[in-house]
Amino acid sequence: MNLKRQFSKWFQNNSTLVLLLVPLLLLALLTQLLGGTLLHRIVTVLFINLLLVLGLQTFMGNSGILSFSHIGYMGIGAYASALFSMTQEAKAATLPDLYPFLQNVHLPFLVSVLIGACIAMLVAAVLGYPLMRLSDAAAVITMFAVLVIIQVVLVHWSAVTNGPRTLYGVDNYTTLWVSVTFGLLAVIVAYYFKESNFGLMLRASRDDRYAASTIGINVITVRWLGFMLSAFLAGFAGGLWAHFITSFSPYAFYLGETFAILAMLVVGGTGGISGAVIGTVAVTFVHEGLRQIENGINLQGGGLVGFTEVFMATSLIALLIWRPGGIMGGREVSWPRRTPQSHEDQALSGSGKS
Amino acid sequence: MLTIDFLINTISLGSLYAMLALGLVIVYGILKLVNFAYGELLMIAGYALYVLGGLTISIPWFVIAIFAVLIAAVVSYLTEMIAFRPVREKSLTAMLITSFAVSTLLQNAALLIISPRARAVPLPDFFSQSIAIAGTDIPIRNILSIITAVALFGALSLLLKYTVLGIALRAAADDFKLTRLLGVPANLVISAAFIISGFFAGVVAIFWTARTASVTPTIGAAPLLVAFVACVIGGMTNLLGAVVGGYLYGIVYSLLSLWLPQYLLDYREAFMFLIVILILLFRPTGLIRGNTTSERVG
Repeated sequence: MNLKRQFSKWFQNNSTLVLLLVPLLLLALLTQLLGGTLLHRIVTVLFINLLLVLGLQTFMGNSGILSFSHIGYMGIGAYASALFSMTQEAKAATLPDLYPFLQNVHLPFLVSVLIGACIAMLVAAVLGYPLMRLSDAAAVITMFAVLVIIQVVLVHWSAVTNGPRTLYGVDNYTTLWVSVTFGLLAVIVAYYFKESNFGLMLRASRDDRYAASTIGINVITVRWLGFMLSAFLAGFAGGLWAHFITSFSPYAFYLGETFAILAMLVVGGTGGISGAVIGTVAVTFVHEGLRQIENGINLQGGGLVGFTEVFMATSLIALLIWRPGGIMGGREVSWPRRTPQSHEDQALSGSGKS
Repeated sequence: MLTIDFLINTISLGSLYAMLALGLVIVYGILKLVNFAYGELLMIAGYALYVLGGLTISIPWFVIAIFAVLIAAVVSYLTEMIAFRPVREKSLTAMLITSFAVSTLLQNAALLIISPRARAVPLPDFFSQSIAIAGTDIPIRNILSIITAVALFGALSLLLKYTVLGIALRAAADDFKLTRLLGVPANLVISAAFIISGFFAGVVAIFWTARTASVTPTIGAAPLLVAFVACVIGGMTNLLGAVVGGYLYGIVYSLLSLWLPQYLLDYREAFMFLIVILILLFRPTGLIRGNTTSERVG
């Protein structure tokens, strides 16, 4: 009885989490049951995207700063994890100039992904700390500058990345359930970060930087922590993606991908976890669906290159005009509260929890 | 090492960069919008050159060039009217994402409608000729870009100084709210800024496409990055700053090409962006400070 009560109390406060996790889990189960290679691929990508979008949300949604460098950390995570997980033969074949101390490293898949994510986080921590005091346009341009720098380094650091050429020979470890597991974990992490003290402080600094400082919030530090978590999630997603796609070039981590991820977050609404999840699901399905049509027509000789992006960009512009807050407008999905006592709660706390 | 052709080529490069930066800053100064779709205006002008040059009736080159510049200005105006005006009053982030979406839209529309492959643009003969100055051959194109830049800067400063529109533009860049209170229509000023911005992009496009004599859907990316860096160097709120920033970019870039060792040469762009980060950190207003730095329109 007591346990049930505890649970119902927890559920009342955190119904958002349940309402997001259960449908996602159902989607994964349904995919497993229905089968089909294409659906499998799309849903695997969907959960990797979910990691990326939630990573972006933890920083951008809570701090209000548009982060263009996000995909760069995905790239770092992808390359770093691949370096640790590839077999010696594969490395010798695709990266002949690799530094000797890396040549014989061959670690298990998840350890490599974790190392990759940590490296991405470290890079973000070092690059990010001085940038955290910038806001608005200055922040946008520096974040963009960071993305360009990461891209230039990835393209030219041949010893480690095989230069602009494709890196191949990464083993395929990321199955549907690996990606589902970490996608769902990311929902939990992002949710609790948002609701934590740090998340609250970060959101306070988003709403009014100066007011937040006057009540003792160190805006730079909370932004920095959010940025590091964001980069960690992006790096992790990069590692999973690398072990799903198995061969990739640095150009995968640039403006095209940035646009796709931003679109997912903006369509759903940047302010909340629900928006990030709904946006990711909606945009991934539309995007992959259109891509299939586009590829199908192109294979038959029709010229339809770029159709998907044109459609996505047009819809995004239309959405921003008519509903700039995204589908969710920054609110979270939550179970309607019914008991009279909780009504009072709601009245007291007002709009505090959205 | 610092020969006369190095000097002229650097100044010519700087002139192009200065025009690029100016086009970006004139919009930024008023709307506080970093326009990601700016590079695509160059691409549009490039494709206009290609399409007009490929017509069966032959048109003189300079007429084609004028049309290309005008088309860039018109497209710039259209993006403002259709995409930016409705989100202007909302958040800065919404506007930035809109500009990113417009950029993606235009780029992929070019892929879809024309082709992912490069298309040739018409060039007049004198663009590939050189003349001898002080014993070295200087491409006429480079001299022409310097002359064009100086002429346009002169014309723009006359416009800003002596016409009602120009005064309104300058006032709006200083304090947009106050300017509106004084009865200047916001839409008119912003549209004018976008048209001037597109005009500069179009002019630069003629010289930019001439380097390879071709245009591709992604041609706008490189000049956009240059314009960003140049703006930040010079100061985002000030037109003179943008021009200075553009020339400085040209000089620094040329010197880096000259002095960097071979294995670091590939990282030139990364160095330029490192400079941007350092400037934003230590001198966020750029080298040349504007009169006022007010909050953005909203």
